[in-house]
Amino acid sequence: MAKKVHVTTTVNGDEHEFLCETSQTLVDVLRGELELTGTKEGCSTGDCGACSVIFDGNLVCSCLVLAIEADGKSIETIEGMADGKELHPLQQKFLELNGLQCGICTPGILIAAKALLQRNPDPTETEIRFWLAGNLCRCTGYDKIIRSVLAAAAEMREG
Amino acid sequence: MATILEESGFSPDRKLKIVGTNPIKHDGPDKVVGRAKFGADLILPGMLFGKILRSPHPHAVLKSIDISKAEALPGVKSVVTREDFPELPRGTQWGNLSRNIMAREKVFYEGHAVAAVAATSESIAKKALKLIDIEYEVLPHVIDPIEAMKPDAPILHDDLRTKGVEGAEDKPTNVVERLDLAMGDVEKGFAEADVVIEREFDSQPMHQGYIEPQGCVASYGEDGGIEVWCCNQGTHAYRDQIAAILETDSSKIRVSQSEMGGGFGGKVGFYIEPVAIVLSRMARRPVKVVLTRNEVFRSTGPVAATRSRIKMGATKDGRIVAAEAELVFQTGAFTGSMFFNGPMAMFTRYALENIKTVSYEVVSNRPKVAAFRAPCVPQIVFGVEGIVSELADKLGMDPIDFRLKNAAEEGYTTLYGVTFGRIGFVETLEAAKKCDHYTSPVPEGHGRGVAAGFWFNRGGDTTGSLTITPDGSVTILLGTSDVAGSRVSICMMAAEELGVPLDKVRAVLGDSSALGNNRVTAGSRTTFSSGMVIIDSARQAIAELVKRAAEIWDVPEEGVVFGDGYCRPSSSNVGEFEPLSIAEIAAKTSVSHGAISGHSEMNVTGEGPGFGLHIVDVEVDKETGRVDIKRYTVVEDAGKAIHPQQVEGQYQGGAVQGVGWALNEAYVYGEDGRLQNSSFLDYRMPVASDVPMIDTVIVEVPNPKHPYGLRGVGEVPVVPTLGAIGNAIGNAIGVRPQSLPMSPPRLLELIDKVDNNGGNGS
Repeated sequence: MAKKVHVTTTVNGDEHEFLCETSQTLVDVLRGELELTGTKEGCSTGDCGACSVIFDGNLVCSCLVLAIEADGKSIETIEGMADGKELHPLQQKFLELNGLQCGICTPGILIAAKALLQRNPDPTETEIRFWLAGNLCRCTGYDKIIRSVLAAAAEMREG
Repeated sequence: MATILEESGFSPDRKLKIVGTNPIKHDGPDKVVGRAKFGADLILPGMLFGKILRSPHPHAVLKSIDISKAEALPGVKSVVTREDFPELPRGTQWGNLSRNIMAREKVFYEGHAVAAVAATSESIAKKALKLIDIEYEVLPHVIDPIEAMKPDAPILHDDLRTKGVEGAEDKPTNVVERLDLAMGDVEKGFAEADVVIEREFDSQPMHQGYIEPQGCVASYGEDGGIEVWCCNQGTHAYRDQIAAILETDSSKIRVSQSEMGGGFGGKVGFYIEPVAIVLSRMARRPVKVVLTRNEVFRSTGPVAATRSRIKMGATKDGRIVAAEAELVFQTGAFTGSMFFNGPMAMFTRYALENIKTVSYEVVSNRPKVAAFRAPCVPQIVFGVEGIVSELADKLGMDPIDFRLKNAAEEGYTTLYGVTFGRIGFVETLEAAKKCDHYTSPVPEGHGRGVAAGFWFNRGGDTTGSLTITPDGSVTILLGTSDVAGSRVSICMMAAEELGVPLDKVRAVLGDSSALGNNRVTAGSRTTFSSGMVIIDSARQAIAELVKRAAEIWDVPEEGVVFGDGYCRPSSSNVGEFEPLSIAEIAAKTSVSHGAISGHSEMNVTGEGPGFGLHIVDVEVDKETGRVDIKRYTVVEDAGKAIHPQQVEGQYQGGAVQGVGWALNEAYVYGEDGRLQNSSFLDYRMPVASDVPMIDTVIVEVPNPKHPYGLRGVGEVPVVPTLGAIGNAIGNAIGVRPQSLPMSPPRLLELIDKVDNNGGNGS
């Protein structure tokens, strides 16, 4: 069997080293080797967005990134979204406005919404809907998700 | 003493402090930070990774399986096939279940499991699957249910004979059952009718589409004890069914509940757990099995495809006088579609006297159908509500007025023999008529449609416990799985009963050994039924609090009353005592008298039927056939919304699932009997940009048989969706579609037809 590859990467500000097979995906290593199971795998084809992470500043589906590509990169997952005990305003609004039902899509949606608000702090409903079109949710019908993002954006603008 | 079922204590005047508010659910914070553990999230020391080999053929004899090369691969710890499962009789409930999770004599659909491997890594397990040699004898297959009913169709199960047909020939068939349900005299009814409409409809299977693929970890202990961690809609059902097909005792199996990443009926039954258990038994190590999305589509239950012919007649004054239907339900490779719900619910909401239905359940070479919100009802109601709106049009009546004129009310006896108690269909229709959406004019170029729906709601076998801890806070143990927030709703009812703040009450989901039996979370039963046993438990705890306060004060029990979290003397005659809080009584007596607790188990009855009406505005692009949902309103009777935000969430989520089923979602098979769209790219569920905000109107006609009046809100929100969207499209393009999904190519065909012929018609 081919030898595993040594990878050094930064996840949520912490340096991690791991060994992986060249065919392993980033989501596989995040969940398996690093035990960061907050990132979910829903389809493995980049269609559901449950595995969304921020990869060197870009929103990606971690099922479409090879783990070896993470070498020297900086990754942000749902586990790094809250500032210690302080929830991110998006997390808080999702709780207050019931922007989640079962919660399986929630980490991916929160990460994607955070990436949106970094780029556009005042998105319209339509902009949010199109930005989040890569994140499937089967429970909510999206209504309360969109409202949660709008409310969080408003709160963040007020600082 | 009257039980809670005999005397719910429902009082419309009761002042509520917690029920009816929108607190943050207790499971929410862990879910927004990524700490909540779902089926695939458990990691155990020494854990192996299991993968399942699946048939590439839709129908074949499984002649031989050679696992020797796979077993020899380093890192492979166990390989299992049919030989490792008990051989249960064919055609029986357990024989079918066993054969569905691991093929025995034949494979019945592409994706049918034929072998499985556990190895030290997923990649080794995948490699090992490729080393398994299987010899198939490929047989002709049949996908379409109507084709499957034909006399010369390929036969799936040669021992199958149709149930419900007297004097049926003793020869193999794909028709599992014929069910006749009728009341009154339809011939007489149709003779009175001034307008009769008869149409044929068809629907395709959609998948439940939960975002979390099935995932489990199973560990077979050295004493034969089995631990299973998995996402499921009912630990006890999983336990008992696993015990049945592995021929072991239920008591040896402990099924734990992970958080559930969506189920919608699709996780009422299992696929992977027994496979993981047998892999673990042979490897003597824990085994994790997680399905891929492709496997979820190819091997877990979609809903039933249907064909229907429906005929309804009405008099000039707007009374529906007769209804008749012939229905075919495709159940996949094995029976179990719950098709009987279709004929039972299809007309129920209208006070019809004359109904005749004939229904067939048919097997074909597709994955076994599983439950989905209101199983087998929305796709049939699609046709009924199309005809109801068409009758209203023909009679020149407003579609809601026409429904009001025919609405069932208290005292109506249904086709299935139940006489309705207090129901809220009339109130729901009246609220719909008054709502902002319906009173706004239809924008130029849009089509508006409405449709109504009904679901029985369910009760059933339920157990739960409540304990007051020595500091006065409250723990609740539930045996029903929480699919979208039932835990907090149940805590809210307990807090209301006990008069304590909600943050003093916490519920945990017990495993299958922690509590007695609980029927699966399904049919809109959990908040209702688990709520009922926990309210009962709280009332038992209150009785004990009163007893202990009486003892502390040395007064008779009758001299103590409980309210707002305190025991007080019932009058000044009893004596002058400072009120005792729950915490004070618990602190004083938990050691001397034992914990203050309540425990309740019952077959919960008294469920209140639910009714809804949906209003949809659509725009149809006549060049492309694309449908844009412009506005959507769900009006539904919840009985009582315990947590209104969550009720709205059920309404909104149900509506959007229906949008997908109405417009896009379908299983597409090739001539070769293989599924062609087993990914989220090709099987397109609604995304955020496909839908608008979904407005909701919560109607509250309390269920008098529940202490807070609740009915259940999980199923009804899907039932009217297809009909409402169909009617909206019909009004936009001039002809009502009769086939699901109402996809662009099909709509273009209809638009062409209207352009060429004009008018409605089939």
